[in-house]
Amino acid sequence: MKKGIALCVMILMMLSVALPVFAEVEVEDAGIYEKFKGQNITVNVYNWGEYIADGTDGAMDVNAEFEELTGIKVVYNTFPTNEELYAKLKNGSVQYDVIIPSDYMINRMIAEDMLLPLDYVNIPNAQYVMDEFLNLEFDPRNEYSIPYTWGLVGVFYNKEVVDKEDLGSWDLLWNEKYSGEILMFSNPRDAFGIAQKLLGASFNSENKDEWDAALEKLIEQKPLVQVYVMDEIYDKMSGGEAAIGPYYCGDAKVLIEENDNIGFYFPKEGTNLFVDAMCIPSSARNKEAAELYINFMLETEVGLANTDYIGYATPNQRVYDALDDDVKSDPIYYPDEATLANTEVFQNLSPEMNEYVSQLWVNLMGTSANGNNSAWMVIVLFIVAILLVVIVVLSRRRKKKREEY
Amino acid sequence: MTKMKNSSKLYLVLIYIFLYAPIIVLMVFSFNSSKSRNVWTGFTLNWYSNLFNNRQITNSLMNTLVLALVSSVVATIIGTLAALGISSMKKKARTLAINLTYIPIISPEIVTGVSLMLLFVMAGVGLGMTTLILAHITFNIPYVILNVLPKFRQMDTHLYEAAQDLGCNGVQAFFKVVVPEIMPGIISGFLMALTYSIDDFVISYFTTGPQSQTLPITIYSMTRKRISPEINALSTIIFLIVLTVLIVMNVADSNKQKKINAMNVRRESL
Amino acid sequence: MKSKLPAVPYLLWMGVFTIVPFLLVIFFAFTDSSGRFTLDNLSGITSYIPVFGRSLWLALVATVICLVLAYPFAYIISRIPSHRQSIFYMLAILPMWMNYLLRTYAWMTILENNGLLNRFLGLFGIGPLSLINTQGAVVLGMVYDFIPFMILPLYSTMVKIDNSVVEAAQDLGASTWSVLTRVILPLSVPGITTGITMVFVPSVSTFIISRMLGGGSWLMIGDLIEMQFLGNAYNPNLGSAISLVLMVIVLIIMSITNLFDDEEVGEMIK
Repeated sequence: MKKGIALCVMILMMLSVALPVFAEVEVEDAGIYEKFKGQNITVNVYNWGEYIADGTDGAMDVNAEFEELTGIKVVYNTFPTNEELYAKLKNGSVQYDVIIPSDYMINRMIAEDMLLPLDYVNIPNAQYVMDEFLNLEFDPRNEYSIPYTWGLVGVFYNKEVVDKEDLGSWDLLWNEKYSGEILMFSNPRDAFGIAQKLLGASFNSENKDEWDAALEKLIEQKPLVQVYVMDEIYDKMSGGEAAIGPYYCGDAKVLIEENDNIGFYFPKEGTNLFVDAMCIPSSARNKEAAELYINFMLETEVGLANTDYIGYATPNQRVYDALDDDVKSDPIYYPDEATLANTEVFQNLSPEMNEYVSQLWVNLMGTSANGNNSAWMVIVLFIVAILLVVIVVLSRRRKKKREEY
Repeated sequence: MTKMKNSSKLYLVLIYIFLYAPIIVLMVFSFNSSKSRNVWTGFTLNWYSNLFNNRQITNSLMNTLVLALVSSVVATIIGTLAALGISSMKKKARTLAINLTYIPIISPEIVTGVSLMLLFVMAGVGLGMTTLILAHITFNIPYVILNVLPKFRQMDTHLYEAAQDLGCNGVQAFFKVVVPEIMPGIISGFLMALTYSIDDFVISYFTTGPQSQTLPITIYSMTRKRISPEINALSTIIFLIVLTVLIVMNVADSNKQKKINAMNVRRESL
Repeated sequence: MKSKLPAVPYLLWMGVFTIVPFLLVIFFAFTDSSGRFTLDNLSGITSYIPVFGRSLWLALVATVICLVLAYPFAYIISRIPSHRQSIFYMLAILPMWMNYLLRTYAWMTILENNGLLNRFLGLFGIGPLSLINTQGAVVLGMVYDFIPFMILPLYSTMVKIDNSVVEAAQDLGASTWSVLTRVILPLSVPGITTGITMVFVPSVSTFIISRMLGGGSWLMIGDLIEMQFLGNAYNPNLGSAISLVLMVIVLIIMSITNLFDDEEVGEMIK
């Protein structure tokens, strides 16, 4: 009897020691994740900032769970804009296995042969993505990408600073009453997009004049803008540094739920609907391991942890079904039909247009908030000063040499 | 001129306040219990423990140290040999070589970084730890040369010949006579290379890969996301380390000075 | 020891990692994305003249302010009795060893609308001043980050000016102003020229300071270049052209300061 109890105790103790070794995550089919165990493989993942449940505030640490489950090490880096992702990948110098860009950038990368086709045999969980998010224009047969999140752009504002009458439209961002309190997107498509909506143009216009008009609108706005930001907006708005900022609706999770005085609305002129999707760049070294990672992200528990932590809406049916009702019915994260109808998706532009937009963006950034006239004067003064100095010094030297004789 | 005027003292104090105010602010708010950078809400050591658990930071710290050590050692070797060769050159060749050495020093870091990135891209070498090390060695070598070369000039060249007269061959003479003379230059060059390497941001930013992020690069990406006072905690720790190193160096230096003075006194009393 | 061979590894290294990259920059500057020769990149630069003007102007202002602030500071410290000098000097140099990203970030905390400075001024009823994201903030950042590079060479030169020279001038009846302009100033010229170079070059080519303290509203040359390589407007050819122009500007500034200075820059770098 005593031996039996001792045996039971020993087994229990062994189990309790062994338990932490098993991942806490319930997965659909644990078998497929065993493939690379013990082979010391690494996947390099490149994602947006604050875009994964990383273990803080009691959330699941998705990357750590993946590592424990599969034995594959995850190296996780973040990028602030699609364009910076593109620049890093374009010159072929860096090697990533999984990237998570937005719709139009995926379209561009497909056109420029920068992605590898996905092998769905290794991504069985892809079947749970909702139909309305499959076969979208940017990747018609989902050959290269599978959706990760989706959302809309809207305006966050500080209820204590902004008057109710000024709300409702994109023109709040041009309202001189709030000069110096306005934040603006620090990436070309989102920034020009807002101006385009105000002017009634399409995000994807191939008409240079329309883009020039949008640039004019943005230059008009520049003196009122405090700073051009991406993720820096969290800090600025919750600290009360700025009162108005356009951003992605999923970020209400951080901005609104942590700050009672911040509000949000979808402007009446319409806004952008975006889908961020996971792809494998052509520089990937471990395609199968990358596909395993993508499959893991589509697991129900992982998707739940992610959407709960980052706030963005999920395109995954099973994750959606598992959400609380109050999240499902929240019009900020899951907007109603009317709002959804009033949206446009970014498409990739033609190469000439892409180049033109790049130039316009640099022009906008380079424009001084208070006029460029002084710059020419500075250059001229500089050249004159340089010539004077050279003349003076050289003539002094010639004098010295003459005196030496 | 032994007593300092009060106006001078005031001026010094003002400048020191200017130099240290931001650092002190950073340090104070590293103990702040809320995430706010501006409003003090209470004392906590949370951010320090978060720092040690932050895998990205510990990884990048390791990367930075390995990178600095490897690149400094290699740069010191190449640089010392270079100084040896340059000191034997005739005036024209020497001026040319020295001007070549200045190019990485006077170039704006962004131009150096961009040009190296272009080199690695054109050569098809993926950016990573290797390219980082190569880049760091490149900008470290000139600092080593500029520290070691003057020592060669100060050295008495006859020492080398004297050693050979006494029976050493070339290599022995080099290590027994020349190296001790130039050692202070080698050490200061090595330390300078180490410092520049640890602190470098711009050049690393253009030549790093996904797995070889250095500490300054991690700090930069931290400032572009949701701000966390972990940055403040990190700054405080770095500051304390640097302060300690400088104090130790200073004490060691003054100890050496005291010993030299004591020796001189003893010599004079004989 | 008369062999120049030891310098060969160094020369090879510089050839591959300094000369070749620089040639690549020139190549990219004069070609378009398909490799054909074009002058479009250079002519494209003309639309960025405002950015160049702004960078030159802000860097100039920052350099002048650094010089004005650091000159008396270095002088006062150089006159402190030598056994206590090293502490003051060390304290002045210490911030230089702290990562400049962190130091720039610290100023964000202080200058923000809800930042410490505005809160302090608020105590006296002075309304929140818009300090951050202005050109002034960028200049402040440059001065703060680079003033140690002005203090260092100035101090090195001034320390060598013997007190007896100053006293002799005073004995000969020179006024304080004359002593300053005819004795101290000429003797400190090597330090001034080195300091100017070491502050102006990083100031004109920075992109961190303008991004963190200028808020993206005051684009500088460094920002332009970074945008073209790793930023939102990928165009390595245009970026190379801008880098080339930047190098030319730096070389012009350096040749001018060299006209004033016959001593070797190398001694100052320590």
